[in-house]
Amino acid sequence: MISLSSQKEVPPEFRRRTQLLVALVCIIFLFLFVRLLYLQVIDGERYTYLSENNRIRLKKVPGTRGMVRDRRGQLMVDSRPSFDLLFVPEDSVEPEQTLRRLARYLGRPEEELVKPFKDDKYRAPFDEIVLGKDIDWRSVVVVESHQLDLPGVSMRTRPRRNYLDTGMAAHLIGYLGEIGPRQLKTQKASGYSMGDEIGQAGLERRWEEYLRGQSGGQQVEVDALGRRVRILHEVEDVPGYNVVMTLDRDVQHAAQEAMQGKEGAIVALDVRNGAVLAMVSAPAFDPNVFARGVTAEEWRGYMNDRAHPMNNRAIQGQYPPGSTFKIVLSLAALEEGAIQPDTHLGCAGSMAFGNRVFRDWKKEGHGSVDLRRGIVQSCDVYFYQVGNKLGVDKIAKWARALGLGEKTGIDLDDEKSGLIPDSEWKLRRFKQPWFPGETPSIAIGQGYVTVTPLQMALMMSAVANGGTVYKPWFVQRVESLDGAVVREYGPEKLRTVTFKEGTLTNVRNALADVVASPEGTGGAAKSPLVRIAGKTGTAQVAEMKGATVKSENLAYLIRDHAWFVSYAPVENPEIAVAVIVEHGGHGGSAAAPLAKKVIETYLAAQGEIPAPTEKEPAGQKLARAPVDDRAD
Amino acid sequence: MPIDRRLISHFDWPLVALAIGLVCVGFLTIYSATYSITEHRASGLAMKQFYWFLFGLVAMISAATLDYHHVDRIAYPVYGVTLVLLAVVYFIGHSGGGSQRWIHLGFFTLQPSELAKIAIVLALTKFFQYDEPPGGYSLRNLWMPFLLVGPLAVLTLIQPDLGTAIIIVVLFFSLILMGGLRVRSFLALAAAGIAFMPIAYHFLKPYQRNRIWTFLNPDLDPLGAGYHVIQSKIAVGSGRFLGKGFLNGTQNRLDFLPAQHTDFIFAVFAEEWGFIGCLLLLVLYFAFMIAGLRVVARAKDRIGALLAFGVVAMFFWQAVINVAMVTGLMPVVGITLPLLSYGGSSMVTMMVAVGFLLSVSMRRFTF
Repeated sequence: MISLSSQKEVPPEFRRRTQLLVALVCIIFLFLFVRLLYLQVIDGERYTYLSENNRIRLKKVPGTRGMVRDRRGQLMVDSRPSFDLLFVPEDSVEPEQTLRRLARYLGRPEEELVKPFKDDKYRAPFDEIVLGKDIDWRSVVVVESHQLDLPGVSMRTRPRRNYLDTGMAAHLIGYLGEIGPRQLKTQKASGYSMGDEIGQAGLERRWEEYLRGQSGGQQVEVDALGRRVRILHEVEDVPGYNVVMTLDRDVQHAAQEAMQGKEGAIVALDVRNGAVLAMVSAPAFDPNVFARGVTAEEWRGYMNDRAHPMNNRAIQGQYPPGSTFKIVLSLAALEEGAIQPDTHLGCAGSMAFGNRVFRDWKKEGHGSVDLRRGIVQSCDVYFYQVGNKLGVDKIAKWARALGLGEKTGIDLDDEKSGLIPDSEWKLRRFKQPWFPGETPSIAIGQGYVTVTPLQMALMMSAVANGGTVYKPWFVQRVESLDGAVVREYGPEKLRTVTFKEGTLTNVRNALADVVASPEGTGGAAKSPLVRIAGKTGTAQVAEMKGATVKSENLAYLIRDHAWFVSYAPVENPEIAVAVIVEHGGHGGSAAAPLAKKVIETYLAAQGEIPAPTEKEPAGQKLARAPVDDRAD
Repeated sequence: MPIDRRLISHFDWPLVALAIGLVCVGFLTIYSATYSITEHRASGLAMKQFYWFLFGLVAMISAATLDYHHVDRIAYPVYGVTLVLLAVVYFIGHSGGGSQRWIHLGFFTLQPSELAKIAIVLALTKFFQYDEPPGGYSLRNLWMPFLLVGPLAVLTLIQPDLGTAIIIVVLFFSLILMGGLRVRSFLALAAAGIAFMPIAYHFLKPYQRNRIWTFLNPDLDPLGAGYHVIQSKIAVGSGRFLGKGFLNGTQNRLDFLPAQHTDFIFAVFAEEWGFIGCLLLLVLYFAFMIAGLRVVARAKDRIGALLAFGVVAMFFWQAVINVAMVTGLMPVVGITLPLLSYGGSSMVTMMVAVGFLLSVSMRRFTF
């Protein structure tokens, strides 16, 4: 033994402590020695067995993702079981022969199955090769029944995301995709690993932590052929929570149907709380394509599509509001005292202001016009004058108060704010003062003004509910599997605008007449089942030189956008709908019927009116005959 | 600086031989751990480790040449620099393996938490160098050491580097015990420590909590941390009496082991060299500890004995915790095996520590 001799100078108290330490080191090392003896000598045989061919494998089972339902409990998104075909070459004596046999059983070209095996040089031993994802039922049966001939071939069940109706509300719900390397880096701590799926956009991403559930799996002991001998440990997967949206599936469906083949957006809000009832952006993408793993070709297809199906036009499309902006002008003018409801202004078909001539859509003019006729017939000259009386800054003040020109704050990524210009903005942006000659364009929603369809629906809701601007929301509840509420969401007031007595009544009556009156521009939205209030709009895409041209004759891309913003029922408003049809031509003919359909579907779903008949009565179109087709 | 001839004659050759022996075992095992069966060659990491060893050798000789009485002067500056580096890591550090532990310095990356272990040994050695009060220190006398250890432990913990934080705290307790803590105070401290545990637990990252729970009950996470422990145990156990032979460890070869050339290097070694190999390795470490404790016992003065003790404690706790973790006796906390695990900062730190031991050992007869 080593002697711990000490010098005189060594502090005496340390001698005893050092001896204690030697004893401690001896005891602990003895402990480690015994542990190694136990692992390596006594239990060594067992561990050797386990290490040969590495008999212990992990089979991970991702937790079934939560479902998404609409406000009435109808399914929007669920998960269905699917089978992936796997192959572990180390479990097969002749891997290539096995694969060729498998190809013959499945009736697939042999090279197609052998190729991934030959190409995969960097695979770690005992890692599985995925031969096929989501294979059909026949293949499952074939593989099961020839299991003995196919060493190393196995199947893995995986829940696969299923977006109903080939992707209802695709832009709102988003999609699921395999986790990327960069996401993996940031998400590793939350328990994600390679190959896991994660919400990549929309609701799927924002509500990821609730929807995801916990993955389970098995620690399995396998035999030399990779077949399961026994399960050593098993962790049950925990399904994710279900999410209940504020959407109504029927309304969404109707809105999507209405937009079929068109480009544009429809937003329907509950005016009483800002809940989103439907949101369509057309054209849309199919999230199921992402759920099964998007191919490079499909991705390029979406990206290069001129119509940009990945964009959510409802919150990202920034359009000039056109004549729908006259609602804002009317409210502002009455509130600021710029006009009275019975103030009459003349319209001779155009107005000279500064060195420019501003045209009315109706060449021969509207004659003497008051507020009601100004709105109902959408007289441009009337609103040029109203705009001049107000000035751009007061217009901007009221537009912003009603939620235009700023993000609504809806729980979706990349929302755009639109633009409400004022003199300060002009100075900042162009280093120029505001010229009075720019105001008339603003007054009819052209020029610098842009808005998103969601903002227009929000503005319309505020008109309908008496001035409250709500933050739009589309998820009302997160529920556990047994229906218990995990989280609940409710309306959130962004601000309340107070109006003078009479202001809203005057504007609302005029909006109702836009649809109801024979001379109104929105006659196409007239419903025998419910009274609808609304305003048409035609947003110019290209500046028109010279005489007005019928927009149907223009090349598609420079044809005007068609707007219709509305709410219903007039007596007791519940729903506000904003519709824009890109290059649709006139709001009255292209957008108004879509809004009507959405409103009718909603009220029918609420049981408040009978279900609308699919075909419009033949006389309906004729009823609008007196109204100029270019009416706006 | 001319070196006293007596210093050279008292050079502690056995201690140096034991350290170099451990480093050589490290080379072999790193070579094996990073050997690729598909390319039939090892990565350059073993060679890189050799260069680090050469650098460490220079550092060791420098540390040995330094009169350890200078610890009194350098302890706090070293402590201060370490603290700054840890703060830098926290703010701008390079992110690797899910935590921020490294600073890029052009040709190499520095891991300041390694330096923190040296810093705490030096700082506490300085504090305890004077004779202890009769009956030993009470907790009231020890506010300064607590103040010193707190920021170091917290900054390493939030990186998060739980392993090093644990070593720092364990070193702290070892040194105040050696420094002369009253028995009553020790009991009070132990009680406080147990009471503090739930609070500390609160600050752990979810994956660290998982590891602790998994250790207490491996069935809880058989697919994650539990899987690592089981694969590591399979590697060690399947080595059996004589081992599978150099480069023949299948667990290691097939990438079933996590961090096989750093934290789990012992599993690679155990699989290939078996119980006999492990026994020899343990004997090597044991002999190193005893040689170190002999330096403590024969030190000329208190400051020397404490410095030597600090170094031995660092080696001891790291080796024991690492082996215990790899063999499934303790939770996986990410502590390297001293002188064996791959890593430049770790290697240089350990060699400097050996240098301190030599410095104390050589000067035991000088006055």
